[in-house]
Amino acid sequence: MRVVGTVALLCTLAVPVRAVEIPPAERRSGYEFMSRETRAMQDDDAANPAMLWVLEGEALWARTAGAGERACRDCHGDARSSMKGVAARYPAFDATRGRPVNLEQRVNACRTERQKAPALAYQSRELLALTAYLGRQSRGLPIDIATDARMKPFLDAGRAAFNRRQGQLDLSCAQCHDDHWDKRLAGNAITQAHPNGYPLYRLEWQGLGSLQRRMRNCMAGIRALAPEYGSAEFVDLELFLAWRARGMKMETPAVRP
Amino acid sequence: MRPSIRIISRRDFLCAAGGIAAGFALDPAAAAESATATAMQEAIRAVVGSAQVRKGRVTLELPPLVDNGNAVSLSVRVDSPMTQADHVKAIHVFTEKNPQPNVVAFHLGPRAGRASVATRIRLADTQSVIAICELSDGTFWSDSVSVVVTLAACLEEI
Amino acid sequence: MAGALINVPASARRGEIIEIKTLVSHPMETGYRRTQYGTVVPRDIIRQFVCTYNGEQIFRAEFHPAIAANPFIAFTTVATESGTIAFLWTGDNGYAVAESVKISVA
Repeated sequence: MRVVGTVALLCTLAVPVRAVEIPPAERRSGYEFMSRETRAMQDDDAANPAMLWVLEGEALWARTAGAGERACRDCHGDARSSMKGVAARYPAFDATRGRPVNLEQRVNACRTERQKAPALAYQSRELLALTAYLGRQSRGLPIDIATDARMKPFLDAGRAAFNRRQGQLDLSCAQCHDDHWDKRLAGNAITQAHPNGYPLYRLEWQGLGSLQRRMRNCMAGIRALAPEYGSAEFVDLELFLAWRARGMKMETPAVRP
Repeated sequence: MRPSIRIISRRDFLCAAGGIAAGFALDPAAAAESATATAMQEAIRAVVGSAQVRKGRVTLELPPLVDNGNAVSLSVRVDSPMTQADHVKAIHVFTEKNPQPNVVAFHLGPRAGRASVATRIRLADTQSVIAICELSDGTFWSDSVSVVVTLAACLEEI
Repeated sequence: MAGALINVPASARRGEIIEIKTLVSHPMETGYRRTQYGTVVPRDIIRQFVCTYNGEQIFRAEFHPAIAANPFIAFTTVATESGTIAFLWTGDNGYAVAESVKISVA
């Protein structure tokens, strides 16, 4: 039965539909699609397994790294005040690169340029821990990315990627997440794909993961070739997702099924 | 001969349909390894011996429908004064269709003040979960809950 | 990851029942999963959790592979006296993590 349901839904998704952006008043965080129990897991810091990574991030913040013999704290002080609201502004424009960078890239720029330490790999425990700790300092604050002229071409590229049909199933992000977010794909809620809780603890992963890991899962689902971690295409898409979720409250570190 | 009908999971289907290499594929042999109601009864017998297990005094709470079988919130409360003379000694949790029937055993006593424990468990399939408590007077009490799991646990699709 | 995250009230009234919540970092590999090449991923789980209050065991749990990754355990105890509540998780491959917290009871 489930198979039949899946096929039927995939067929519905596959017919040409127009992607309509979700009006701000109808935007809903992934949190609102979850069961009472999963919400409770996110709401209680003592029960939220992602807090294990936040705690690790707090320790890393204070730990000296690299030839520069500096810790994040030596430059930035107490993250609880200095990093408040910072994660909510990413991806942000980086003048050196002439393009937006995401939080992971910002952390790694600090590591390689200031700390003279090797960059941390995507999905590494340390990078997840640091970004979770940084994200935690923005919890409850609205997503507030810059949308000036410098950002516009990248935002447009992200929007185009979101609306581009791809993969063997020939689906765009928008076809599921703009047009069908109120439906289910087999047992799962489709959701609106807002990035307001990352990095987050996904029960499916049994661990913490970045937004790009989640997007790669989506792309595997539609049988598309996913860009590399940290690629410009992914950062543009992250930027568009952040713009699409502008004003929504950060939930990092969130829990999702 | 009866036709063999295999219930296929969404992910099985998608993997097969898409022909992608899943990081961890569901192994058909693993399904055969799952515990049965008989295995669960045997596991329960190993704990309670020849004692009778009665319904009541225990409240087992699990969501009736879970978002993901990898982490299902479970709590057990037992109606007990938790005094030296009358308390819960242990709470055992069993499942019917996981690869193994045993899930967890909690050992407590009068110093707990209250017989109330919580954890998160894995459920591989839609099934019954049973909690059995052992009281200081040597009696055993139980509660069971049926849970619908919409996705199989323990699979990674990247 | 941080080894463990413990939540216990820093102070309590004598005789008060307090709730203890613990999270510990561990994959709880079941031993039932296989890689895409068919190799079984060996079992690697926490087998036991013990809580002591000023040296005396007040709670113990035995885990099987069906305990979710990064195990969460919540239970209660009566605040009897000021001192140390200690936690020890032990498991496969020599795994052992110890944590403790102070509690002040008046």
